[in-house]
Amino acid sequence: MTVAVVQFGGSNCDRDTVQALSALGIDAELVWHEDGLPADVSGIVIPGGFSYGDYLRAGAMAARSPIMEDVRSAADAGTPVLGICNGAQIGCEASLTPGAFTTNESARFQCEHVHLRVENADTPWTRRYDEGEVLELPIAHGEGRYEIDDARLDALEADDRVLFRYCDADGEVTPEANPNGSKHSVAGVTGERDHVAVLMPHPERVTLADIGGTDGQALLRAFAE
Amino acid sequence: MTAFTATVEVRLKRGVLDPEAETTARALERLGFELEGLRSADRFEVDMEADSAGDARERATEMAERLLANPTIHDYDVTVEERDE
Repeated sequence: MTVAVVQFGGSNCDRDTVQALSALGIDAELVWHEDGLPADVSGIVIPGGFSYGDYLRAGAMAARSPIMEDVRSAADAGTPVLGICNGAQIGCEASLTPGAFTTNESARFQCEHVHLRVENADTPWTRRYDEGEVLELPIAHGEGRYEIDDARLDALEADDRVLFRYCDADGEVTPEANPNGSKHSVAGVTGERDHVAVLMPHPERVTLADIGGTDGQALLRAFAE
Repeated sequence: MTAFTATVEVRLKRGVLDPEAETTARALERLGFELEGLRSADRFEVDMEADSAGDARERATEMAERLLANPTIHDYDVTVEERDE
């Protein structure tokens, strides 16, 4: 059983993700998108990067590549799927998750640490955290502003499908703590079923104490279950 | 079959923030221009052979639905013209 970290041309967090999972004792391997998913796949990560050079829209091309049909089938069969950063953009473009991640309010690429508040601690991704817990994770994106129409956002919130919101160090969700103008400060959401999730911040970059923190560990441990 | 060019114009829905357009508008103002607002759009010109203008429009509309536009944030227009070869 292995976690497939799907590599597109332009992915650049793929190796970090394999390293992070391996450091947590989770078997993981790089899977080139043209090769299809391994038969014994136990989980799927769509990693960060700039697949297809962000042509057309970030994630638009990768979302329509053949391997995404395999990802969709695996997700339908219950395999956990996590999209991180460009993987989150791909997940939304592929309609695995609702909404879209588009140009930051600043119209700039932003690379910084942010705080996230755990909104729903009853999902495979967040059950090792407490509801309301504040995490510190890095972001690195130019198109991370979560956009969705108001009615669908209301429905998402009513169904408890918002995983994380940007907040300040005390856990307060404020406009100042929202780094990219995301609607309702949404940083991550689940699909219709909660074993499919996407987020813009990078949990794989905070899994080793030696290089900046461990707040992302508990999220990635979902793949150990 | 007739040669057509289908033009698909994709723009953000009204009410969706467009930071690039706002930055562009500010840059125009810095250059001394007066303006009330600015919207940007992507324009795709697709050359194709089709039985009729209606068929060409249908195909271009499906292209917009499936790839060129993201229905979460975009509206689009399709126009079709015969093309001289």
